[in-house]
Parts: sequence; structure tokens; C-alpha cells
Amino acid sequence: MTSLLVIIVLVLLAIALWQLTKIFDLTQVGDADNSQIANDGDNNTQGYLMFGFLAFIYIFTIYGLFKWGPLVLHTPASKHGAEVDNLMNVTWILIFIVQAITQVLLHYFAFKYRGKKDQKALFFSDSTKLEVIWSGIPAVVLAILILFGLYAWTNIMFVDKDEDTIEIEVYAQQFKWTARYSGADNVLGKANVRLIEGVNTLGVDLSDPNAQDDIVVSELHIPKGKKIHFKFRSQDVLHSAYFPYFRAQMNCVPGMVTEFAFEPVYTSAEYRALPFMIEKVANINAIRAKKSIELVANGETALDPYTFDFLLLCNKICGASHYNMQMKVVVDTPEDYKKWLSDKPTLVQEVKTANAPKPVEGGVGTDSTKTKDTAAIAKIAMK
Amino acid sequence: MSAEGHDHAQDHEHEHHHKDTFITKYIFSIDHKMIAKQYLITGIVMGIVGVMMSMLFRMQLAWPEQSFKIFNVLLGDKFAPNGVMANDIYLALVTIHGTIMVFFVLTAGLSGTFSNLLIPLQIGARDMASGFLNMISYWLFFLSSVVMLSSLFVEAGPASAGWTIYPPLSALPQAIPGSGAGMTLWLVSMALFIAASLMGSLNYIVTVINLRTKGMSMTRLPLTIWAFFVTAIIGVVSFPVLLSAALLLIFDRSFGTSFFLSDIYIAGEVLHYQGGSPVLFEHLFWFLGHPEVYIVILPALGITSEIIATNSRKPIFGYRAMIMSILAIAFLSTIVWGHHMFISGMNPFLGSVFTFTTLLIAIPSAVKAFNYITTLWKGNLQLNPAMLFSIGLVSTFITGGLTGIILGDSTLDINVHDTYFVVAHFHLVMGISALYGMFAGIYHWFPKMFGRMLNKNLGYVHFWVTAVCAYGVFFPMHFIGLAGLPRRYYTNTNFPLFDDLQNVNVLITTFALIGGAFQLVFLYNFFSSIFYGKKAVQNPWRSNTLEWTAPVEHMHGNWPGEIPEVHRWPYDYSNPGHDEDFVPQNVPMKEGEEVLHH
Repeated sequence: MTSLLVIIVLVLLAIALWQLTKIFDLTQVGDADNSQIANDGDNNTQGYLMFGFLAFIYIFTIYGLFKWGPLVLHTPASKHGAEVDNLMNVTWILIFIVQAITQVLLHYFAFKYRGKKDQKALFFSDSTKLEVIWSGIPAVVLAILILFGLYAWTNIMFVDKDEDTIEIEVYAQQFKWTARYSGADNVLGKANVRLIEGVNTLGVDLSDPNAQDDIVVSELHIPKGKKIHFKFRSQDVLHSAYFPYFRAQMNCVPGMVTEFAFEPVYTSAEYRALPFMIEKVANINAIRAKKSIELVANGETALDPYTFDFLLLCNKICGASHYNMQMKVVVDTPEDYKKWLSDKPTLVQEVKTANAPKPVEGGVGTDSTKTKDTAAIAKIAMK
Repeated sequence: MSAEGHDHAQDHEHEHHHKDTFITKYIFSIDHKMIAKQYLITGIVMGIVGVMMSMLFRMQLAWPEQSFKIFNVLLGDKFAPNGVMANDIYLALVTIHGTIMVFFVLTAGLSGTFSNLLIPLQIGARDMASGFLNMISYWLFFLSSVVMLSSLFVEAGPASAGWTIYPPLSALPQAIPGSGAGMTLWLVSMALFIAASLMGSLNYIVTVINLRTKGMSMTRLPLTIWAFFVTAIIGVVSFPVLLSAALLLIFDRSFGTSFFLSDIYIAGEVLHYQGGSPVLFEHLFWFLGHPEVYIVILPALGITSEIIATNSRKPIFGYRAMIMSILAIAFLSTIVWGHHMFISGMNPFLGSVFTFTTLLIAIPSAVKAFNYITTLWKGNLQLNPAMLFSIGLVSTFITGGLTGIILGDSTLDINVHDTYFVVAHFHLVMGISALYGMFAGIYHWFPKMFGRMLNKNLGYVHFWVTAVCAYGVFFPMHFIGLAGLPRRYYTNTNFPLFDDLQNVNVLITTFALIGGAFQLVFLYNFFSSIFYGKKAVQNPWRSNTLEWTAPVEHMHGNWPGEIPEVHRWPYDYSNPGHDEDFVPQNVPMKEGEEVLHH
């Protein structure tokens, strides 16, 4: 009933408005006027505002650089990262120079040449010289940037076959990461999602001789000072393996293997001890402490204090919980790395344990999922 | 050509005896001016929806998982129980915001409005080459808007795989609920949209080539027309590729083919797909997707060229260089799509090629920016609201364009790809810039469209608040992107690492909410001025182009008598040989007046 009343009121209002318009219209006929066009007073005010806006852009930029500049990633934790950051810094300097000059010219001209009644504009329509200058300079500068960029890109993206690397698979699925180490032979065994069964969640081909020493873990450890050759796979949708501190990122594509290689130059402990990181973490913990007080006051639990860890994030929209797809990355000294890896069971051993007739030990893989998976595969096979 | 014009004139007089009914005049109109208004109003309505969505997800980003009554009111109990936004609707909002803003507002709303309004009027034609096709084009667009909006009411939620709809996420309802009926409607809507866009584009191309009035050579065309013409060509070249991608995706989704899918294990089940590749979809998508950026920005730049020249009371600097740069941008735009895919897993060698072609685009873009600045130099600037938006466009186009040098460089893209840095970049360079272009166009041609003036003071308020807020939103966003914050995260509270970015997010959202709210000033100004605005004079901005020689009252065929003949280029402002500071295109050359070798 109320909604009906509302509708009636709205209709009446609309009619009233329409009638008003008509009356207004009739009184207006014939007297067009120029009051809505900028006059000298407007030009003056707007010209000054343009100048003010220039000041705003500059102050905001400088404020931003001081206030938010420290938040930006720096001190890359990988060898090639230094190369990336150098190129980035050069590009930034260039951008700031061009930005500073062009914004001044644009807004200053808007202020300086604001319209006045007896001012006459200069009839200046063309100048080949100027055109050549400002297509030539960007061309040269960009050519240099392109050359440096391509040189760095080729260095980063192409891994030499004879290079001494450690091969590790990073495996993506909604919404978690898993890692597979290639073991003593440094060759990953073949894998296909059609072979996923029970504890073999990565679909590794267990009959492949290269797969015999493969190790599957849920936390990524890598040694400092050694190039790691990552191979990425995904079992369901696109994901992107993003290691911001290592300046590394590669999409994980179902149906194909993608790759990226980098060499860590800090252990996690060393990176934590860098002065800027100590400051950053202290700042974050101060924020968290403040938030915890609020939370506790509302009867919720306080936040844990934060210690820095390298992370692997998902950076390609992959589903509702995309925002929480992460894996801790630990950079060890080579000795610690060896020790950590040595007591991990191989996948083959895990599968054997899981298939043993006695009840399954440990938490990996339960019978129910296994039967479900087998049934699914059988269903596919029947098709 | 002139003989044809005569025929048209007679036809038109003949037509005048028929009285237009409400339906033929306002709904199924074949008059380009009415169709332009239809595009504009539909675009504005879609824009309101798109901007509202961004307000909602910005609130979630600033105050994650907090309860807001408005969420519950707008999103319902299912997607915002107790006023807390759910994570899947967050992705849906981001997806539909992107789709609506890019396609429905900045492609159809901008290009559809101003191409339709200005092409016949500025080249001196009675109407589009095919008025009927033009009408169909609008109504298909309308239908596609309705389908897109209706997808918001699907039970499992609208498409939520990002506006780039990369499969497998967009192909599998098991992967995300929005990929069910919501995605089907998205694809249907886009198919209709593409059909509409193609009809429009073909019409624009044919009209510009065939229906120019006597004396209107290609090098006497206003730069707006050049921009619309080239934009239409880019659209005809690239939109069909998106259509094919959408069709193949429909096949994969509904008929079990494997164009884009392979080796998938999801929800405890191996799917039958084998041999396809999502990377193929990325290629097809970006073969449209990147030119689309130019489909959005070129008309805005064309509008700006016209408005800056008129209001500077000076010829646009480097008319031919401007045409060359439009053509260069158009050509390059079709060979740079791979810069969206540097880390997609495609061969890194391709990355090198695309870096090279991408950075080349900076050259014609720089030429345009410098030419605008030079046009202002020693002008007599009439700082009307349209002029402010045009200057604002040049400012954001530069700021946003410069960071493109980082994203276009494959090496640097590795670490900023898909972070908020990208979001900041493209919002400034194509989002805000193109919106400014659209606003500039509305403020400038409102008198032509509705015969009335917009209120200038409201226009000034609208511009300055928008300008401050646009930088307030997107400038800080570069920093959180450089801090490594990925886009499309529902919240970053799961990463203590990003806790120090939260304050910045609050600031961004504050600016966004203020900026969004002040668009109401524009809406009020726009809708009330249609009815109550001051009556416009025929040529309020003292402009040279032909649309201002047509009477204020709209009529079929645009000009009551013969179509004006063109004798000069459109930028004879402050030409020393003349008393007035403007010389319309239809004014014959004086004796002894030199033809400019512009």
C-alpha cells in the first residue's frame, strides 16, 4: 500500500515538474543569452585555479614521495632483481623529468594566457622544426630504454641449458600452492592431472624413473646463492606465481608448463635484519598493536605480531578465495637447505605408506578422497 | 556531391509534411541527433551503475569486512549478509564495473554519442549513410545493456572472472559461481554489443568517406571527425576478434569443445578437456582489448583537439602531425596486444617484440601532448568548463601515459604486472582521460544537442572536485602497486605484510567517495538544464565547424536550405587577415587570401 502511495506521489511530482517546465519554457522564448559562457572574470578565476592545481599536483607528488615512498619495494632479494631495479630507477627519473616539465607548461600556459577582452591569440599553426624535435627526442630516449630493457629481459627469461640450477616445480590449485623438488637427479618426473589419486595430489607419473626421488612439500625452501629454475603448473584455472621481493612472476597455465629462474641473494634471516625491513616490520607491528587494542575491546582476539617472511602470492584472479592464496618462501643457507630437504620423504614413499593395508599415519590424504578420485577417473575412462 | 545534396534537401522538405509520432521521434528514431542523445542517456545511466559499483568495492577495500547497511540494501542478504560484502560478489562488482565502464560508457556512451552527433553535422551531411542501420545499432546496444544489467539478478551472481574473462575461470561454474548463468548473459550481452558497435562503425566509416559536403576534403576535416573515423576502423578490425573469442568460449562452455581448456582437475574430478590453451584466449582477447583502449581514448582526444583549438582562439598546432599521430597510434595499436601477456607463459622472444612495438606508441602520443601544450601557448584561453576538462584530459593523459613506459617494458612489467600500479596507470590514461573527454564533449555540445546551456558554475565545481579527486584516488594507488599489492584481492588482511598500506587505501576511498558524490552535481546540471537551461545561441563558442551553422532547433536534414559549402580548414582562429577571431569553414576565401599549407 505504501509503495502504491509512493508511486502516486512520484507520478504527481513528475507531472508537476513537467508543467513547471512548460511554464518556464514559455516565459523563456526568444531571449537566448550568453551568461553561461566564460567571461573575463571567469577566465581570471579559472586561470588562477589552474595555477593552484599545478601547485596541488606538485605538493601532492612530493608529499606522496615522502609519505608513501618508503612503502615501495626495494632492495631486491634476487640477483637479477638489481638489474630490474636499476632500469626501473632510470625510467622513473626520466618520467619525473617529463612529468615535471609538461605539467608546468600545461597549467602555467592555462594560467598565463587566460582570456582577456583585448588579448589577441597568436596565429601559429605549424612548425616542422618543433615537430621534428618532439618526435625525435622521445624516439631516441625510448630507443635507449628499449635496448636496455630487451638486454635485461633476455638475461632474465632465457635459462641456459648448461647452467647449474635446481629444478623445482610450483604447483597451483584453487587456493593453495604446493612445491615438488626434483631430488638427486635434478629432473622432475612427468605429471598429468589425469594421474591425480590419493596422496599423489600433483598427478605425478610414478612409473617415470625421474619421478622416483621427487619430493612434494607445502612450504617452499630454497638455498641462497644458487639459481632456482622454477617450473609452474596449474590444475584448474589460471594462477600467477608472484614473488614480489624477488622481482619474479609467471602465470601458471593449466595444460602447459611455464618457467622462471632466479637466484636468491639473501637468506630470510639476512633480509629480516636489513635496516629498512626492521623499520617496516616495527611500523606494521605498531599498526597491528593499535588494531589489537580495538579488537580486544570488542571481545575479539588480538592479532599476532608479525615477522617478515618471503611470500609466494597468487596474482591472477582465480576464484572467490583468490585473496588468500599464499605460500611461505624460506631462503636458507645451502647447508640448512640440504638438511631441511634430507629428512623429507619422497612421493613414492608417501604413496607406499598411504597404500599400506594398515591405517594411514600422518595427515596426508584420506581414504575417502582417494576412493572419490578413483571413481572420478573410472568415470572419465568410461567416456 | 552537390547534386546529391540538392536531392536530399528536396526529400527533406517533402518529409517535413509528415508529422513525427512520439514513437518515431523519440524511440525508433532514425535521426542521428536523436540517436546520439539516446546513446548519451543510456551511457550516463550505465555510468551511474558502474561508478556506484566502484564506490561499493572501494568501501570494502578501505574498511574490509565491515558491516555497511548500504551493502545489505543494494546487494541483498545473499551477497551482503549483515551488511558485510561477500568475497564472490566483490569479484563480481569489479568485473561488471570494468565491463560497463570500458564498453558501455566509454565505448558506446562516448563514441556512440559524439560520432553520431558530430559526423553528419561536421562533415555537412543530412544524416548518417544509413539511418535505419543506425537505429538498429542503438537498439542492439540498448538490448545488450539490458542483458548486462539483468545478469546482476542471476541467482548465482553475475560474471565474476574479471572483465578480461580469462578461461578456465570464466568457463567453469565449479571454479567460481559467477561463471554459470551470469557468464552466459555476459557473453550474450557482449555479442549483441559487438554487433551494435560494428553497425555503428561501418556507418561512420561510410558516412565520412561518401557524404562530405562540397569542399570538405579529408584534410579539411575537423580532428574530431578524424578521430571518430579512425576509431571506427580500429573497431571494425578488432571487435570481430573478440566476437570469435566469445563464440569459441561459448562452445567450450556449452558444447564440450576444448579451444581454451586442457588438463583440468577441479572439484575432485578430471574434466574431459584436452589440447586447448588459455593463452590462445588471451591472444584473441587482447587483440581487441588493446585496440579497445584506443577506441576509448581517440574520440576523447579528438574532442579535446576541437575544444582546445576553439577555446584557445588559435589553430590546433600541427594539424597534419595530429592526423599522422592518430593514424600511427591506430596502426600500432593492433600490434602491441602482447604487452598484456609478458608473463602469460608465451615465448619470451615475443615479449621482446611487443616491448619494442609498445614503446613506439609513446612517440605519437608525445607528439599529441606537446601539440596540445603548444596550442595553449600565446592563446586567448576561454576557460569554459569544456576547456577545463580538455586541459584536465591532457594532464591525466600525460601522467597516466608516462607510467605506461614502465608497464610496456617487459623487464619492468614482471614485478608490477597485475598489481595496483596497473590499475592506477590505466585508470588515469584511459579511464579518467576518456571520461574527461566525454564530459568536455557534453559541456561543449550540450547547446547543440538540447538547444540550451549547461550552468557554468556547476560545471566549474564539477571539474575542480573531480580533478582533485581523480589525482587523489589514482596517484597514491601507484605506490601501493609498487609495494607489490595484487589487484582483485577482496581484502589484504590475510597479508600482514600489507598492513602498512591500509591507511593509503582509506585515503583513496575517501577521495573516491567525494569524487563520486560530486558527479551528482553534474547529473543535476545535465538533467535540469535539458528543461530549464538558458536558451542557447546558434554558435555560443564562436566556433568554426559546420555544426554551428545549423539552426538551434533540430530538424531532419540538419540545414533548412542547402548544405553549406566548405572553403577552408576548421582552425582559422585569430587569422590576422580577418576582423573576427574566428572564420567558419563555410566562409569563402577572401581575394588574395593564402591557402594555408597546414
